[in-house]
Amino acid sequence: MRSAGLWSSALALAAALLLPWYMVQDGILVLSFSNGGWLTDPDGAPALGLILTDGRWWLWPAVLAPVLGLVAALVPLPRPTRSWLFLLAGGVGLALLAAQGWSIGPRGWMILWLQGQFGETEARQYGIGWGGTVVSAALCVLFAAGFAGRGAFRGDAFTATVAVVLTIAIGVFTALPILQMMAGAFRDAGGAFAPTSAVTRLVDDRLWSLGCLAGAPRCGVVWNTLLLALLTATGTTALGLAFALLVTRGRLRLARPLRWLTVLPIVTPPFILGLGLILIFGRSGLLSQAASAWFGIELGRWIYGLPGLLLAQLFAFTPIAFLVLIGVVEGLSPTLEEASQTLRADEKITFRTVTLPLLLPGLANAFLLGFVESIADFGNAVVLGGSFNVLATEIFFAVVGAQADAGRAASLSLILLVLTLVVFFLQQRATGKKSYVSISGKGDAGLPPPLPKGVRRLCLAVAGTWAALTIGLYALAFLGGFVEVWGRDYTPTLRHFVKAFSIEGGQFTGLAWNSVLTTLELAAISAPITAALGILAAWLFSRTRFAGKGALEFATLLSFAVPGTVIGVAYLAAFNLPPLELAGTGAIIVACFVFRNLPVGLRSGMAAMAQIDGSLDEASHTLGGGGMDAFRRVVLPLLRPAIVAGLTYSFVRAMTTVSAVIFLVTAETELATVFIVNRIINGDYGLAISTSLVLIVLMLVVLGVMNLLVGSRRIGRRAVAVTAASPAPLPGAVA
Amino acid sequence: MTRAAEVRFENVTKRYGGTAKAVNDVSFTIPAGTLCTLLGPSGCGKTTTLRMIAGLEYPTEGRVLIGGKDVSALPPAERDVSMVFQSYALFPHMNVLENVGYGLTVSRQPKAKVREAARAALDSVGLSGFEERLPSELSGGQQQRVAVARALVLEPSVLLFDEPLSNLDARLRRRMREEIRDLQQRLGVTVAYVTHDQAEALAISDKIIVMNQAVIAQEGTPRDLYEAPANAFVAGFVGEANRLPATLSHRQGDMAQVTIGSATLSLPHRGAAEGAVQLAVRPEAVELLDVADPATTLRGTVAKAAYLGGLMEYTLTTEAGDVFVIDSHTQRQRGVGEVVGLGLGQRGIAVLPA
Repeated sequence: MRSAGLWSSALALAAALLLPWYMVQDGILVLSFSNGGWLTDPDGAPALGLILTDGRWWLWPAVLAPVLGLVAALVPLPRPTRSWLFLLAGGVGLALLAAQGWSIGPRGWMILWLQGQFGETEARQYGIGWGGTVVSAALCVLFAAGFAGRGAFRGDAFTATVAVVLTIAIGVFTALPILQMMAGAFRDAGGAFAPTSAVTRLVDDRLWSLGCLAGAPRCGVVWNTLLLALLTATGTTALGLAFALLVTRGRLRLARPLRWLTVLPIVTPPFILGLGLILIFGRSGLLSQAASAWFGIELGRWIYGLPGLLLAQLFAFTPIAFLVLIGVVEGLSPTLEEASQTLRADEKITFRTVTLPLLLPGLANAFLLGFVESIADFGNAVVLGGSFNVLATEIFFAVVGAQADAGRAASLSLILLVLTLVVFFLQQRATGKKSYVSISGKGDAGLPPPLPKGVRRLCLAVAGTWAALTIGLYALAFLGGFVEVWGRDYTPTLRHFVKAFSIEGGQFTGLAWNSVLTTLELAAISAPITAALGILAAWLFSRTRFAGKGALEFATLLSFAVPGTVIGVAYLAAFNLPPLELAGTGAIIVACFVFRNLPVGLRSGMAAMAQIDGSLDEASHTLGGGGMDAFRRVVLPLLRPAIVAGLTYSFVRAMTTVSAVIFLVTAETELATVFIVNRIINGDYGLAISTSLVLIVLMLVVLGVMNLLVGSRRIGRRAVAVTAASPAPLPGAVA
Repeated sequence: MTRAAEVRFENVTKRYGGTAKAVNDVSFTIPAGTLCTLLGPSGCGKTTTLRMIAGLEYPTEGRVLIGGKDVSALPPAERDVSMVFQSYALFPHMNVLENVGYGLTVSRQPKAKVREAARAALDSVGLSGFEERLPSELSGGQQQRVAVARALVLEPSVLLFDEPLSNLDARLRRRMREEIRDLQQRLGVTVAYVTHDQAEALAISDKIIVMNQAVIAQEGTPRDLYEAPANAFVAGFVGEANRLPATLSHRQGDMAQVTIGSATLSLPHRGAAEGAVQLAVRPEAVELLDVADPATTLRGTVAKAAYLGGLMEYTLTTEAGDVFVIDSHTQRQRGVGEVVGLGLGQRGIAVLPA
């Protein structure tokens, strides 16, 4: 506790004395470091320089709070007193810095009341830079150390730091933008406060009409969304389970290839599946043309609407259910099933009465994920929805369409949030407080039983069909990258690739290079941050009790439930102004990736944590290990599959997401997905597909390397000695 | 290891959430270098008490002192305490040597020293040669020993055991409890030991603290508890006891007249008031007599008889109720229906308030 306070104070002080407080427009490297000139340069000066040479007295907390922390850490004091001082220095310092940040903006006072109180000010403040960021972060740690000293979080500074940092991060990057967006629901188009218009929008017939049951052409958007989400979630959960069971217990020779096949849709930008479906089933699609030419049947536009959308979402989201479920199936202790079998239950009864109930938390989890993925999905809906409108596309069109009605978009988001809330609580109730601890501290052994024959056949049939469809879809969709013009001229060509990725004289002259490289860079930065935060959060939530845990957990989930379009708009609004002036930088995209993908890392971490007996952590504590030791040496190695899943998923989501970032990219930070969408809009399918293909190959390479690096977890269950295709060794092979 | 420390609880209460108390205003002392058992039925608060010594739970009220130092708010890592868990809590991803060396590894000891100390600890529990095994490749007894070695390697001043033998078979349990006792004597360490098995508690303890419904029912040496139980719960929980209704009269000094059925005995009244009382009678304290004087003995009829090799077990029907008797005279076996006298001496009989 004392050492945490000491180093955090020291770090904060160093940052306040040396690092530029504000964001330096052209990068920190342009400053003149050689003669110390930056210390007083108004653009690049650290906090102390600004106070002394520019009269910015309101930055004093950045210097004084760390000094107080340092004094408290160094002077011999009783533990309670020192803790109080840490709390005071960290908390008040942080609060004062936040207050000044949001009070004085680029045009002086940001709050009218303050202007009335103090009169005009000459001071102008822009976004905070390295100095402001490091000082704030270090003060968070100091505050947490104080908390720990008061006995909170078992007196452990590491645990307290994780909790405090997570709370503040979630608050700033998830809760704040969304709350601002929600507040927008109660404003009219002009931005004035108008609660009545919110009510009008919420009961809109376009949302709630059940007309389609009575023969009208369409139902309300809400019903459409719910129906689609229910079908998708059920379908993906069933498919994911079939795959997970087959891969782990099916004793299949094909287990490996099957794993890789399920990965394909994850590494595919979402709209590519939609595009592929159109290329096959659309009006000029292969199948439709064949049907018309050979049988004279006009298949028409059936693919646009619920059937096509459902199909695309099943392809897109089954792998997520699979990723969630495979961790759970692999973590299931075979001893329990062996126990059941020795109790005269045959394979079938064991499967029904032991295996399935033990999988329930995982199933509920997968269903929840499928549900929110479906209602948040924008890419497929915009490509395949046709006249079947869902909330995500309605919001998008409300923001960017001819309506440009931010209030309506916010109202729709509100409904979406309530839907998510309901699903969330249902899931909580379904899994309840039952404990499904499978990895106990007592080393256990045993072989997972083979699947009952009926179940195996069913899984094979379902998964086989799905796999065949996937292969077909990809094969045909990617042929589109190698022909002149789909539907008209099927001459083979490589010209799309040359156009996208040519290199002349050492220069990347291809059109796609810039966006692909940017995407790789930002995804590579965000994936480890996401995985680390997710695992830390999972550990925190499942191993400690503290006030507000439930709220924090929900806030973490929140950004996942909100459609990317809304997040994008919310981020743009929230981070366009100082002190957090991130719009236009790569940082805002990384933040968006991290906090949007955090819930998945969190969920898979939680599912894995639920299977690790808490006495393992306790054993580490009683053996003198701090919170960090328990986390690093005990939990982390046992969580490897969850970490792989988290890393993998956050990386590929970052590479393939489009809805959230479409508002955040600039010419410099253009992402590959946005590039591809723009090509599709221009009708340049060849270029779009060839870029996608390169993107997918890149992802597969990165994933393979990641999988090798992280390796598999070693807990010494007896290996399943069957055919060459042993399913045991690589839980992370999904990655 | 000479740093054994005293453990003291001062008016400790532990509440979870609402008003239900897991431990209610409990005070006791475990003298340094002794083995003290926390004995009680499940849910009595003994494990919570142990976890509060370890620092895995914090008292809601009151103080916990180890070696005279108030540790009530200290995290487990800052207490000089090690624990052996009921599930052993061996880290499944580490081999035996890594498990045992864990405590030293996290206290940043040099690797060579960790390995040396871990080997020594493994040697002390007789597991040399198992260093490279994973926990899942060991038998239950071996896992138990690894857990003990892992706790010992830090040379803690207090060692905690949470029902360490509950996962072992009876024969192994007896051997392991002897080993734990030997180890404790050899190292002179303070041990707090949670169990619900009274035989285990009697066999190894210097002191036993019997808990029931979140409070201490009685504490003392095994002999105190067995021969002078403070109440009916302790009499019934520690060893077996027949509880018979009786009447107390004529208190004089420490002694009083106790009437049970037709017989009248002179027994220490142990503070009981005149009037109705209970007698706790140990099964082996009853002497079976062929000739009985109704003024000093009960008469009973044999209802059940069982031959157990070294001794006989009888259930006798008497006017004071059924009495369970253990008789070591196996040669003089009594048949069902036989009428016998029940001789009650002063040993093995305790007067309890009704």
